[in-house]
Amino acid sequence: MEIIYLLIPISLILLAVIVWILLWAVRDGQYDDLEGPAHRILMDEDKIVDTQKKSRRGDAG
Amino acid sequence: MNYHEADSTGVGPALTDPGACYHCGLPVPAGFDLEVRIGGENRAMCCHGCQAVAEAIIDSGNENFYRVRTEAAPSARDLVPGFLQEARVYDLPEIQHQFVHALEGGLREASLILDGITCAACVWLNEQYIGALPGVVEVRVNYATQHALVRWDESRIRLSEILQAIRQIGYRALPYNPGQQQELHRRQRRQQQRRLAVAGLFGMQVMMLSISLYAGAWSGMERGFEQFFRWLSLGLTLPVLLYSAPPFFHAAWRDLQSLRVAMDLPVSLAIGIAFASSVVATVNGQGEVYFDSVVMFIFFLSASRYFESMARQRCAASIEKLVQSMPLTTTRVNNDGSIEEAIAAAALVIDDRVLIRPGETVPADGEILSGVSSVDESLLTGESLALARRPGERLLGGSINVTNPLQMRVTAVGADTVMAEIQRTIERAQADKPPLARRVDRVAAYFIGAVLLIVICVAGFWWLHDAGRWFEIALAVLIVSCPCALSLATPAAMSAALGKMQSAGLLVKQGSALEKMNQVTHVVFDKTGTLTHGKPTLERVYCNPGFSRDHCLRLAATLERHSEHPLARALLRATRASKSGHADHIVSTAGGGISATVDNRQYFIGSNEFIHARTGLAIPRQWQDSLVVDPLTAVVLAREDRILAMFSFADSVREDARALVESLREMNKSVILMTGDRNATARDMADRTGIGEYRAQMSPQDKMLAVQALQQQGACVLMVGDGVNDAPVLANADVSMAMGGASALARTSADIVLITNRLRAVVLAFDMSSRSRNIIRQNMVWALMYNFGAIPAAAMGLVAPWLAALGMSLSSLIVVLNALRLLR
Repeated sequence: MEIIYLLIPISLILLAVIVWILLWAVRDGQYDDLEGPAHRILMDEDKIVDTQKKSRRGDAG
Repeated sequence: MNYHEADSTGVGPALTDPGACYHCGLPVPAGFDLEVRIGGENRAMCCHGCQAVAEAIIDSGNENFYRVRTEAAPSARDLVPGFLQEARVYDLPEIQHQFVHALEGGLREASLILDGITCAACVWLNEQYIGALPGVVEVRVNYATQHALVRWDESRIRLSEILQAIRQIGYRALPYNPGQQQELHRRQRRQQQRRLAVAGLFGMQVMMLSISLYAGAWSGMERGFEQFFRWLSLGLTLPVLLYSAPPFFHAAWRDLQSLRVAMDLPVSLAIGIAFASSVVATVNGQGEVYFDSVVMFIFFLSASRYFESMARQRCAASIEKLVQSMPLTTTRVNNDGSIEEAIAAAALVIDDRVLIRPGETVPADGEILSGVSSVDESLLTGESLALARRPGERLLGGSINVTNPLQMRVTAVGADTVMAEIQRTIERAQADKPPLARRVDRVAAYFIGAVLLIVICVAGFWWLHDAGRWFEIALAVLIVSCPCALSLATPAAMSAALGKMQSAGLLVKQGSALEKMNQVTHVVFDKTGTLTHGKPTLERVYCNPGFSRDHCLRLAATLERHSEHPLARALLRATRASKSGHADHIVSTAGGGISATVDNRQYFIGSNEFIHARTGLAIPRQWQDSLVVDPLTAVVLAREDRILAMFSFADSVREDARALVESLREMNKSVILMTGDRNATARDMADRTGIGEYRAQMSPQDKMLAVQALQQQGACVLMVGDGVNDAPVLANADVSMAMGGASALARTSADIVLITNRLRAVVLAFDMSSRSRNIIRQNMVWALMYNFGAIPAAAMGLVAPWLAALGMSLSSLIVVLNALRLLR
């Protein structure tokens, strides 16, 4: 069971990394809008607009 | 396979009725047959504005919008043409430096405030549409705040073109400069999120270790591991305590200083006691630890406070638009009569002369020097009709000049304007923390007093009788009496109820309003804008013999095309603008009407008095009788020698008004209609909605007194209103609700805002209030039962500390789970 003295520090390091990632995400504003992305991911399935965008960009560039 | 193919029939019936405009859901005027092909079927449109918007959406390949939206789109009926002219101002460098950031590589970035977002599909549509514009690099719309962040390549597209594009799909956008208030909100929000994250993540680790400890206590555990786990838990709880819990400690300290007992004190006490005794147990190597309870408690409480403040910030965001409605530029008239274009509005000082053209927004408060015009003050006062303003009269900054150019002397700028005053009121209202139910506070105060007294007695008793056990037993009593469950009882239920109501379009600004709604006996409705849409629609056309209805309508439309008056717009909506002819020599008289020549004949259209003054003609007697109902809602069309026709208008009743009144009656509430309108209008409205009691011709003062009189008879009054005149009544009623389209002042004084404008939501509010009351009651009874049952047992030394800890966690968990039932 002495392995626990190794495993727990590892889990603590993981915890530190996760906390850091989460704090970064908050700072980055990823939690500012919790509702929009849920709808966006469903609606983005239709890619008509994206192809138009590319072709228009191609024309202009 | 597309996920939405299953319901490719498009929008659900709840969104738009068969007889309504497919785009905005407003009724289609009779005899109007505009159609747009959406989702393989021809859909009716109510006006050319909606048609154009729907076509723009379809043509850009964003048809999905109609499949996934959950609310009808904003109506495009009132879109003002020629917006591009107005938007050009935002391309000027001296204006841009206020809100546009220049980035590397010729890119620019600006924040836009979007008006007209009703559901998530609107957000998606805006992102798709703006993002597809050549030259736009990135666009992100925040659903909660309705702000958009746009990045574009200045060499390929201009800001005014982006604004115009948004206009084309039926939304309004204005650039804005995130003020200090918004920055503060953002920082607060993020700090709360960080606190929540820390409490949650560290809490999970502590929980994990606790489970091992509980299991170890059951099946036996090596002493070394047990101590190791305890120290580890201590270390992991510390960040939660130091980072996530301070708001409670600060609030409790403030309460102590002002000698008030609120819920923060028992909360802090519970956290403090549980943590301190756990530390003692860890250091001594004996006794029980409660780190799991501490972290769970902090996490749940932080979460409920976070949701509460989210609701308030969202409400703030919807009112923010008001502040942004002040124009950035204006036209100044110098003493020598020369005109300076595009002066920054912020640079105005008192006694400056300002020129305001039709369609422009008044940049500051002032007094009219010359010109007569109608002014739309709806944003400030909620008054939907434009009002006539003459020299010497006051103009409010933020109102819109509708008909004629005006010159104004500035009398107040910046913080002294009425607009700024309203803004301050709003900010004050937001800063007021919603008082947690007072009853709970009182209970908590007695409870703490009792607990402290009991602990002292128990400690004294055991010290005298069995000095070896006094600390252990006193500690068990303290732990067992920790009012975690009691403190969670109300906030947990409240946050669940508020969350549920918010998703149904009800923004609750005062948590206590929810509790009060249970006692409501009388529901008082305002008429205009509340039971009705607040916008006139053409009801009847009276024609003189010899003139056809179509001919009169066409003539009227030709003349009224040049007016921004609400009745004129209503008339245009009812006719086909394409049919209107060409008019010359147009002269519009504010508060009166319009005269113009069509096919070399002079025509007049306007109020009865205006026609009489211009032509000396009077309308036929039989028409006059129908005018008795309301003289303000009719327009007369005349030639120099003859009256041609009269158009009467009515404010259409909201579709769900009748159903609401019926449901309220089923709940045994008395429904009363109070209106400033005449008796006949009020009776008509009462008949149409099924309201039994109505009071007509009431001034705001009368309404207030009537509500107070009801209250003196023991009634508890819910007031539903919208106008600025309603603000005093709203403030006086026991519970108040404002419509989403209400004036800023009304929304500020109301406890609850109906964002979706659906009257049916009122029923949901009643439902939620009684359900949440039941849940809170159950929670309180349970928490008190647990506490008072466990204390005597602990005082007698019968409760082992580990049992006390388990009981504490379980009782809190039950309270939270019970509250979550509200979400179903």
